[in-house]
Formats: sequence, C-alpha cells, structure tokens
Amino acid sequence: MMYFDSLNAAWDMAGHGPYVWSAYAITMAVVASLIILPHRRARRAQQLLVQAPSAGAGDANQDPTTGGGNASQA
Amino acid sequence: MWKIIHKFGSPPWFFRFATKAVQWLLPLMLIALVVGCVWGLLYAPPDFRQGNSYRIIFIHVPAAVVALAGYYVMAFAGLVSLVWKIKMADVAMRAVAPVGAALTFVALVTGAIWGKPTWGAWWVWDARITSMLILLFLYLGVVALFEAYENPEVAAKACAVLSLVGTVNIPIIYKSVDWWYSLHQPASIKFTGESAIDASMLYPLLVNIGAFYLLFAVVVMMNMRATLLETHSNAAWLREAVE
Repeated sequence: MMYFDSLNAAWDMAGHGPYVWSAYAITMAVVASLIILPHRRARRAQQLLVQAPSAGAGDANQDPTTGGGNASQA
Repeated sequence: MWKIIHKFGSPPWFFRFATKAVQWLLPLMLIALVVGCVWGLLYAPPDFRQGNSYRIIFIHVPAAVVALAGYYVMAFAGLVSLVWKIKMADVAMRAVAPVGAALTFVALVTGAIWGKPTWGAWWVWDARITSMLILLFLYLGVVALFEAYENPEVAAKACAVLSLVGTVNIPIIYKSVDWWYSLHQPASIKFTGESAIDASMLYPLLVNIGAFYLLFAVVVMMNMRATLLETHSNAAWLREAVE
C-alpha cells in the first residue's frame, strides 16, 4: 500500500516535497548522463572504425594473439 | 587472483566481456533503481522525527557508499598499473574517476538538500562533509591529471600515485562521525548486531545500494569499452568484435 493518500499528497510530502523531488531529479539527471555519455563516445568511435579503410598497416595496438597486421595482408 | 588480473588485462577479452555484461546488467540496474526509488519515495513510512525529508536517504547513502568503494577500485587499479604496468589498469583508473566524481557530487548535493529542512543549513563544515568534498577533489584531480599529460604512460603513473595517496582519506570519511563531533548520525546498518533502521526502510535502501553498485559497474565498463574503441581503432580483434 502506498503511504500517501493521493498523488498530490505524495508531491507535497507535507512540505518536504520540493526538497525530496529535486534531490531525486538531480540524481536521475546525473545517472542518465553517466549512461548516455560513454554510449555516445562508443557509438562515435564505432562509426569511425566502420568508415575507416581496413586496418593493418602500422598497427601499434594490434593484439599479439591475432598476429601482425602487415603479415596477414601479404 | 593473478589469473583474473591477467584475463582482465587482455583488451580483446575485456571488450567482449564488457559488451555482454553491459547488455545484461544495464536493464537489471534500471529495474533495481526504479524499484528502490519508488519504494523509498511512495511506500516506505515517514521518519518519526524528520518526516518525509529523510526519503533522500535512499539515494544519498547509496551514492556515498559506492563513491567510497569506487575509490578503492581506482586505487587498486593504480597499484596494478604501477606494479605490473598493465595497460588495462590505466584504462580502468581513467574509467572510474568520472563515475566516482559524479557519485560523490550526488552524495554532496542530495546531502545539502536534505540538510536544509533537517539541520536548517545547506552546508556545514562538518567532518564527514568536508572529507567527502576532499574525495570529490581527489576524483576530479585524477580526471584532470589524465587530461594534463600528453604522454599517457606518464599520466597514468601520476594518477596512480595520486589515487594511492588519496586512500588515506577513505578511513577518515568512514570514521569521521566517531572521531569528531558531527551532525551526521553514526552508521545505522551494521553487519554484526541489530541495525538501527526499521526493515520497512532498510529494504528499499538495500535495493538502491545494489542498484548503485550495478550502476558503477555498468558505467565503468561502458567507459572502458569506449576508451578501447577510441585507442585500439587499428586492431583486427576490435574490427571483428564490432562487425
């Protein structure tokens, strides 16, 4: 059972409503930006990766387990 | 232990792991957060002394708890980076700092909003609040240091040292309410003995603490994934994973 009699009472919270709801709103805004920012960063980097010509030459970050980039293209 | 560090140290393994883990944990976190917040806001009873303003506890305490725990994660990554020179530890350190800063900010702001109707002031230079403010500066310091250096290895070293030195602050924050006269109450939830908080308030609080831990894990993995996408753009394994 909800503690408050009505949604208006929940909004007002006997005078504490503005404090409580604004604290929750700020928190949710921070949580949303924490999720959205890295998501956007990843999407942008992924788009660049797909658009760029096939990798290989001069690959300093090549994972050693997958072999050298140039060798595999020869 | 060494095996786990070694596995997490492999960018291809971590990228695949994080992609999968985020897919599962992100919806779980959102559900837990909604349940915890709605429960705390609308269904938990009011506090007999503070009335409804105490409902801020359901976000304030989880944010503060995870901000503190997150600092240990960052410092541990700093230690691994310094001792074993594992690149992924630098990526982890860099990923944790902004999340920790954001959660510390939430803890401070919600605390200030809670303080106004409860103590009559937005801000007091109380031991716990001051040490939390120092925590915010430590997190922001690591973020700024990573940006300040051109050479990523030098930046990582400086950040690792700052993270490790800053760990001194964490026990001070925990113990601040016992060591100094403070407006903050001592810990209500105890692992041993009876908690000083009623079950009707404890359960939504625990749900939100879980939700904030999940939030931390999810966002750190998302940050690390984004960094790998940006820095390993030429790697064949990354193309394979993305396509």
